Amino acid sequence: MTTRAGARLWVAQRATAALLALCVFVHLATIVYAVRGGLTAAQILSRTHGNYIWGAFYSVFVLAAAVHGAIGLRNVASEWLGFRGSAAEATVLVIALALAGLGLRAVAAVVL
Amino acid sequence: MSREPDGFEGKALRVSVWRGGAEGRFEEFEVPRRESQTVLDTVTYIQRHLDPTLSYRFACRVGMCGSCAMTVNGKPRWTCRTHVDKVAADGRLSVAPLANLPVVKDLVADMREFFDKWARSRGQFRPTATRSDEFARVRPDSPGRREADAGIECIGCGVCYAACDVVRWNRDYLGPAALNRAWTLVNDARDGAKRERLQAVAGDAGCHSCHTMMSCTEHCPKKLSPTRSIAGLKRATLRIALGEDS
Repeated sequence: MTTRAGARLWVAQRATAALLALCVFVHLATIVYAVRGGLTAAQILSRTHGNYIWGAFYSVFVLAAAVHGAIGLRNVASEWLGFRGSAAEATVLVIALALAGLGLRAVAAVVL
Repeated sequence: MSREPDGFEGKALRVSVWRGGAEGRFEEFEVPRRESQTVLDTVTYIQRHLDPTLSYRFACRVGMCGSCAMTVNGKPRWTCRTHVDKVAADGRLSVAPLANLPVVKDLVADMREFFDKWARSRGQFRPTATRSDEFARVRPDSPGRREADAGIECIGCGVCYAACDVVRWNRDYLGPAALNRAWTLVNDARDGAKRERLQAVAGDAGCHSCHTMMSCTEHCPKKLSPTRSIAGLKRATLRIALGEDS
Protein backbone atom coordinates (compact mmCIF):
# COMPACT_ATOMS: atom_id res chain seq x y z
CA MET A 1 0.00 0.00 0.00
CA THR A 2 1.52 3.31 -1.11
CA THR A 3 1.30 6.40 1.04
CA ARG A 4 -0.98 7.96 -1.55
CA ALA A 5 -3.34 4.98 -1.44
CA GLY A 6 -3.36 5.12 2.38
CA ALA A 7 -4.17 8.82 2.31
CA ARG A 8 -6.91 8.23 -0.24
CA LEU A 9 -8.53 5.56 1.90
CA TRP A 10 -8.56 8.01 4.80
CA VAL A 11 -10.15 10.74 2.65
CA ALA A 12 -12.68 8.26 1.25
CA GLN A 13 -13.71 7.18 4.73
CA ARG A 14 -14.14 10.78 5.94
CA ALA A 15 -16.00 11.84 2.81
CA THR A 16 -18.38 8.86 2.97
CA ALA A 17 -18.91 9.53 6.69
CA ALA A 18 -20.09 13.04 5.84
CA LEU A 19 -22.35 11.65 3.13
CA LEU A 20 -23.74 8.97 5.45
CA ALA A 21 -24.54 11.54 8.14
CA LEU A 22 -26.75 13.33 5.62
CA CYS A 23 -28.23 10.11 4.20
CA VAL A 24 -29.08 8.66 7.62
CA PHE A 25 -30.78 11.91 8.64
CA VAL A 26 -32.91 12.02 5.47
CA HIS A 27 -33.66 8.28 5.79
CA LEU A 28 -34.84 8.53 9.42
CA ALA A 29 -36.72 11.78 8.91
CA THR A 30 -38.55 10.23 5.95
CA ILE A 31 -39.48 7.14 7.97
CA VAL A 32 -40.79 9.22 10.88
CA TYR A 33 -42.76 11.46 8.50
CA ALA A 34 -44.12 8.67 6.30
CA VAL A 35 -45.38 6.27 8.97
CA ARG A 36 -47.28 8.79 11.09
CA GLY A 37 -50.63 7.26 10.10
CA GLY A 38 -49.37 3.70 9.65
CA LEU A 39 -48.01 2.24 6.47
CA THR A 40 -48.09 -1.20 4.84
CA ALA A 41 -45.41 -2.80 2.69
CA ALA A 42 -47.72 -2.54 -0.32
CA GLN A 43 -48.17 1.19 0.25
CA ILE A 44 -44.44 1.69 0.55
CA LEU A 45 -43.81 -0.18 -2.67
CA SER A 46 -46.51 1.78 -4.47
CA ARG A 47 -44.72 4.99 -3.55
CA THR A 48 -41.16 3.87 -4.28
CA HIS A 49 -41.94 2.00 -7.49
CA GLY A 50 -40.66 4.03 -10.43
CA ASN A 51 -39.37 6.78 -8.16
CA TYR A 52 -35.90 7.25 -9.57
CA ILE A 53 -35.04 10.16 -7.26
CA TRP A 54 -35.35 7.88 -4.23
CA GLY A 55 -33.55 5.20 -6.23
CA ALA A 56 -30.62 7.55 -6.82
CA PHE A 57 -30.63 8.64 -3.16
CA TYR A 58 -30.52 5.10 -1.83
CA SER A 59 -27.93 4.05 -4.42
CA VAL A 60 -25.64 6.78 -3.10
CA PHE A 61 -26.47 5.69 0.46
CA VAL A 62 -25.60 2.05 -0.33
CA LEU A 63 -22.33 2.88 -2.11
CA ALA A 64 -21.23 5.22 0.68
CA ALA A 65 -22.01 2.56 3.30
CA ALA A 66 -20.12 -0.09 1.33
CA VAL A 67 -17.00 2.08 1.01
CA HIS A 68 -17.16 3.41 4.58
CA GLY A 69 -17.85 0.04 6.16
CA ALA A 70 -15.17 -1.79 4.21
CA ILE A 71 -12.47 0.74 5.09
CA GLY A 72 -13.54 0.58 8.73
CA LEU A 73 -13.39 -3.22 8.69
CA ARG A 74 -9.93 -3.01 7.15
CA ASN A 75 -8.80 -0.90 10.12
CA VAL A 76 -10.45 -3.21 12.64
CA ALA A 77 -8.87 -6.27 11.00
CA SER A 78 -5.46 -4.59 11.05
CA GLU A 79 -5.55 -3.33 14.62
CA TRP A 80 -7.52 -6.01 16.44
CA LEU A 81 -6.73 -9.14 14.46
CA GLY A 82 -3.33 -8.24 13.00
CA PHE A 83 -4.81 -9.16 9.60
CA ARG A 84 -2.92 -7.00 7.08
CA GLY A 85 -1.42 -7.09 3.62
CA SER A 86 -2.82 -8.21 0.28
CA ALA A 87 -4.99 -10.99 1.76
CA ALA A 88 -6.68 -8.42 4.03
CA GLU A 89 -7.08 -5.96 1.15
CA ALA A 90 -8.70 -8.67 -0.98
CA THR A 91 -11.03 -9.72 1.83
CA VAL A 92 -12.33 -6.21 2.50
CA LEU A 93 -12.70 -5.62 -1.24
CA VAL A 94 -14.93 -8.70 -1.43
CA ILE A 95 -16.93 -7.40 1.55
CA ALA A 96 -17.27 -3.96 -0.07
CA LEU A 97 -18.49 -5.49 -3.34
CA ALA A 98 -20.90 -7.77 -1.48
CA LEU A 99 -22.32 -4.86 0.52
CA ALA A 100 -22.69 -2.76 -2.62
CA GLY A 101 -24.23 -5.67 -4.58
CA LEU A 102 -26.75 -6.64 -1.91
CA GLY A 103 -27.65 -3.02 -1.23
CA LEU A 104 -28.14 -2.08 -4.85
CA ARG A 105 -30.21 -5.24 -5.36
CA ALA A 106 -32.49 -4.10 -2.53
CA VAL A 107 -32.76 -0.61 -4.05
CA ALA A 108 -33.63 -2.13 -7.42
CA ALA A 109 -36.27 -4.34 -5.78
CA VAL A 110 -38.22 -1.38 -4.37
CA VAL A 111 -37.71 1.06 -7.24
CA LEU A 112 -37.84 -0.99 -10.45
CA MET B 1 19.41 1.51 64.30
CA SER B 2 20.57 4.29 62.00
CA ARG B 3 19.03 7.71 62.29
CA GLU B 4 16.53 8.44 59.51
CA PRO B 5 17.23 11.47 57.30
CA ASP B 6 15.22 14.67 57.81
CA GLY B 7 11.67 14.62 56.54
CA PHE B 8 10.92 10.98 57.40
CA GLU B 9 7.25 10.83 58.27
CA GLY B 10 7.44 7.47 60.02
CA LYS B 11 5.21 5.68 57.49
CA ALA B 12 6.27 3.03 55.04
CA LEU B 13 5.36 3.07 51.39
CA ARG B 14 4.83 -0.30 49.71
CA VAL B 15 6.36 -0.15 46.25
CA SER B 16 5.92 -2.91 43.67
CA VAL B 17 8.76 -2.73 41.17
CA TRP B 18 9.02 -4.61 37.89
CA ARG B 19 12.07 -6.88 37.85
CA GLY B 20 13.55 -8.70 34.89
CA GLY B 21 12.93 -8.29 31.17
CA ALA B 22 9.73 -8.84 29.19
CA GLU B 23 9.20 -12.02 31.21
CA GLY B 24 9.56 -10.69 34.72
CA ARG B 25 7.57 -10.12 37.87
CA PHE B 26 6.76 -7.41 40.39
CA GLU B 27 8.86 -7.35 43.55
CA GLU B 28 7.66 -5.51 46.62
CA PHE B 29 9.78 -3.13 48.70
CA GLU B 30 9.09 -1.01 51.75
CA VAL B 31 10.34 2.53 51.39
CA PRO B 32 10.24 5.20 54.13
CA ARG B 33 7.65 7.87 53.41
CA ARG B 34 9.08 11.39 53.21
CA GLU B 35 7.80 14.87 52.69
CA SER B 36 7.74 16.04 49.04
CA GLN B 37 8.91 12.59 47.95
CA THR B 38 8.81 11.83 44.23
CA VAL B 39 8.39 8.44 42.61
CA LEU B 40 11.97 8.75 41.37
CA ASP B 41 13.08 9.27 44.99
CA THR B 42 11.50 5.95 45.98
CA VAL B 43 13.17 4.10 43.11
CA THR B 44 16.52 5.68 43.99
CA TYR B 45 16.03 4.70 47.65
CA ILE B 46 15.41 1.09 46.66
CA GLN B 47 18.55 0.96 44.53
CA ARG B 48 20.80 2.66 47.09
CA HIS B 49 19.49 1.02 50.26
CA LEU B 50 17.59 -2.16 49.43
CA ASP B 51 18.73 -3.71 46.16
CA PRO B 52 21.71 -2.29 44.23
CA THR B 53 20.94 -4.54 41.24
CA LEU B 54 17.82 -2.52 40.36
CA SER B 55 18.22 -0.84 36.96
CA TYR B 56 16.50 2.40 36.06
CA ARG B 57 17.23 5.49 34.03
CA PHE B 58 17.31 9.15 35.04
CA ALA B 59 19.47 12.22 34.50
CA CYS B 60 18.29 15.72 35.37
CA ARG B 61 15.71 14.98 38.13
CA VAL B 62 13.87 18.24 37.34
CA GLY B 63 11.70 17.47 34.31
CA MET B 64 14.05 18.68 31.61
CA CYS B 65 15.68 15.59 30.12
CA GLY B 66 12.75 13.17 29.75
CA SER B 67 14.77 10.08 30.64
CA CYS B 68 12.98 8.93 33.83
CA ALA B 69 9.56 8.17 32.34
CA MET B 70 8.05 4.95 33.70
CA THR B 71 4.65 3.39 34.23
CA VAL B 72 3.42 4.52 37.65
CA ASN B 73 0.26 2.84 38.94
CA GLY B 74 -0.56 1.88 35.37
CA LYS B 75 -0.02 5.28 33.77
CA PRO B 76 3.03 6.62 31.95
CA ARG B 77 4.60 9.52 33.86
CA TRP B 78 7.83 11.35 34.53
CA THR B 79 8.85 9.84 37.85
CA CYS B 80 10.92 12.91 38.81
CA ARG B 81 7.90 15.23 38.59
CA THR B 82 5.36 12.85 40.09
CA HIS B 83 4.91 13.33 43.81
CA VAL B 84 4.06 10.23 45.79
CA ASP B 85 1.27 12.22 47.46
CA LYS B 86 -0.56 12.51 44.16
CA VAL B 87 -0.46 8.87 43.09
CA ALA B 88 -0.23 6.73 46.24
CA ALA B 89 -3.18 7.75 48.34
CA ASP B 90 -3.40 4.27 49.89
CA GLY B 91 0.35 4.03 50.53
CA ARG B 92 0.98 1.73 47.58
CA LEU B 93 2.87 2.34 44.38
CA SER B 94 3.58 0.19 41.35
CA VAL B 95 6.46 1.14 39.08
CA ALA B 96 7.11 -0.57 35.74
CA PRO B 97 9.00 0.30 32.55
CA LEU B 98 7.24 2.35 29.86
CA ALA B 99 4.67 0.32 27.92
CA ASN B 100 4.85 -0.27 24.14
CA LEU B 101 8.65 -0.57 24.22
CA PRO B 102 10.91 -3.61 24.75
CA VAL B 103 12.22 -3.97 28.29
CA VAL B 104 16.00 -3.97 28.69
CA LYS B 105 15.96 -4.76 32.39
CA ASP B 106 13.80 -3.81 35.37
CA LEU B 107 12.60 -0.24 34.79
CA VAL B 108 14.68 0.45 31.70
CA ALA B 109 12.81 0.45 28.40
CA ASP B 110 14.65 0.20 25.09
CA MET B 111 13.97 3.56 23.39
CA ARG B 112 15.53 2.67 20.04
CA GLU B 113 12.30 2.05 18.10
CA PHE B 114 10.87 5.25 19.54
CA PHE B 115 13.74 7.37 18.20
CA ASP B 116 14.10 5.36 15.00
CA LYS B 117 10.54 6.38 14.24
CA TRP B 118 11.49 10.05 14.61
CA ALA B 119 14.05 9.43 11.88
CA ARG B 120 11.51 7.51 9.75
CA SER B 121 9.06 10.40 9.96
CA ARG B 122 11.80 12.73 8.66
CA GLY B 123 12.23 14.44 12.00
CA GLN B 124 15.47 16.04 10.87
CA PHE B 125 15.55 19.68 9.84
CA ARG B 126 16.75 20.09 6.27
CA PRO B 127 18.14 23.59 5.76
CA THR B 128 17.46 25.58 2.61
CA ALA B 129 20.05 28.26 3.28
CA THR B 130 23.78 28.32 3.95
CA ARG B 131 25.74 30.15 6.62
CA SER B 132 26.57 32.86 4.10
CA ASP B 133 22.86 33.67 3.61
CA GLU B 134 20.93 36.18 5.67
CA PHE B 135 19.12 34.96 8.76
CA ALA B 136 15.61 33.76 8.00
CA ARG B 137 13.05 36.19 9.35
CA VAL B 138 10.08 34.30 10.78
CA ARG B 139 7.39 36.44 12.32
CA PRO B 140 6.37 35.12 15.76
CA ASP B 141 2.71 35.70 14.93
CA SER B 142 2.79 33.97 11.53
CA PRO B 143 0.46 30.94 11.33
CA GLY B 144 3.29 28.47 10.65
CA ARG B 145 5.38 29.76 13.53
CA ARG B 146 2.39 29.51 15.89
CA GLU B 147 1.74 25.92 14.83
CA ALA B 148 5.40 25.01 15.30
CA ASP B 149 5.48 26.77 18.68
CA ALA B 150 2.54 24.69 19.89
CA GLY B 151 4.48 21.45 19.50
CA ILE B 152 8.13 22.45 19.73
CA GLU B 153 8.65 21.88 23.46
CA CYS B 154 8.63 18.07 23.20
CA ILE B 155 11.65 16.57 24.99
CA GLY B 156 11.19 13.03 23.68
CA CYS B 157 10.37 11.29 26.96
CA GLY B 158 8.18 8.62 25.35
CA VAL B 159 5.18 9.09 27.67
CA CYS B 160 2.81 9.70 24.74
CA TYR B 161 4.18 6.67 22.92
CA ALA B 162 3.57 4.47 25.94
CA ALA B 163 0.04 5.87 26.34
CA CYS B 164 -0.97 5.35 22.70
CA ASP B 165 -3.32 2.44 21.96
CA VAL B 166 -2.63 2.63 18.23
CA VAL B 167 1.07 1.94 18.90
CA ARG B 168 0.02 -1.13 20.88
CA TRP B 169 -2.19 -2.37 18.04
CA ASN B 170 0.17 -1.55 15.19
CA ARG B 171 3.90 -1.83 15.87
CA ASP B 172 4.68 0.07 12.67
CA TYR B 173 2.74 3.17 13.75
CA LEU B 174 5.11 6.11 14.05
CA GLY B 175 3.51 7.35 17.26
CA PRO B 176 2.48 10.75 18.62
CA ALA B 177 5.94 12.20 19.36
CA ALA B 178 7.45 11.48 15.94
CA LEU B 179 4.35 12.83 14.18
CA ASN B 180 4.32 15.92 16.41
CA ARG B 181 7.96 16.53 15.49
CA ALA B 182 7.13 16.13 11.80
CA TRP B 183 4.32 18.68 12.15
CA THR B 184 6.63 21.30 13.70
CA LEU B 185 8.98 20.89 10.72
CA VAL B 186 6.15 21.00 8.18
CA ASN B 187 5.43 24.43 9.65
CA ASP B 188 9.06 25.54 9.64
CA ALA B 189 9.41 28.11 6.85
CA ARG B 190 13.16 27.37 6.60
CA ASP B 191 12.83 23.63 6.05
CA GLY B 192 13.29 22.06 2.61
CA ALA B 193 11.94 18.53 3.06
CA LYS B 194 8.21 19.10 3.41
CA ARG B 195 7.12 16.87 0.54
CA GLU B 196 9.25 13.91 1.62
CA ARG B 197 8.10 14.37 5.20
CA LEU B 198 4.40 14.39 4.31
CA GLN B 199 4.93 11.23 2.30
CA ALA B 200 6.76 9.64 5.21
CA VAL B 201 3.98 10.37 7.69
CA ALA B 202 0.98 9.41 5.51
CA GLY B 203 -0.71 6.03 5.39
CA ASP B 204 -1.23 3.08 7.71
CA ALA B 205 1.95 3.60 9.76
CA GLY B 206 1.44 7.34 9.96
CA CYS B 207 -1.04 10.05 10.81
CA HIS B 208 -4.00 8.36 9.12
CA SER B 209 -4.00 5.56 11.69
CA CYS B 210 -4.61 7.99 14.58
CA HIS B 211 -8.08 7.50 16.09
CA THR B 212 -8.02 10.85 17.90
CA MET B 213 -8.44 9.14 21.27
CA MET B 214 -6.16 11.81 22.76
CA SER B 215 -4.35 9.55 25.20
CA CYS B 216 -1.09 11.23 24.16
CA THR B 217 -2.51 14.67 24.85
CA GLU B 218 -3.98 13.52 28.16
CA HIS B 219 -0.66 12.14 29.42
CA CYS B 220 1.89 14.58 27.92
CA PRO B 221 3.81 16.08 30.89
CA LYS B 222 4.55 19.16 28.81
CA LYS B 223 0.82 19.69 28.12
CA LEU B 224 1.38 19.48 24.37
CA SER B 225 -1.26 18.14 22.02
CA PRO B 226 0.22 15.62 19.59
CA THR B 227 -3.40 14.88 18.60
CA ARG B 228 -3.70 18.40 17.24
CA SER B 229 -0.40 18.06 15.38
CA ILE B 230 -1.53 14.75 13.86
CA ALA B 231 -4.81 16.37 12.76
CA GLY B 232 -2.70 19.05 11.07
CA LEU B 233 -0.70 16.39 9.25
CA LYS B 234 -3.92 14.73 8.07
CA ARG B 235 -5.03 18.01 6.54
CA ALA B 236 -1.60 18.62 5.01
CA THR B 237 -1.49 15.15 3.44
CA LEU B 238 -4.76 15.79 1.60
CA ARG B 239 -2.55 16.99 -1.24
CA ILE B 240 -1.00 13.53 -1.45
CA ALA B 241 -4.43 11.91 -1.47
CA LEU B 242 -5.61 14.19 -4.23
CA GLY B 243 -2.59 13.32 -6.33
CA GLU B 244 -0.76 16.61 -6.23
CA ASP B 245 2.36 14.83 -4.94
CA SER B 246 3.31 11.34 -6.00
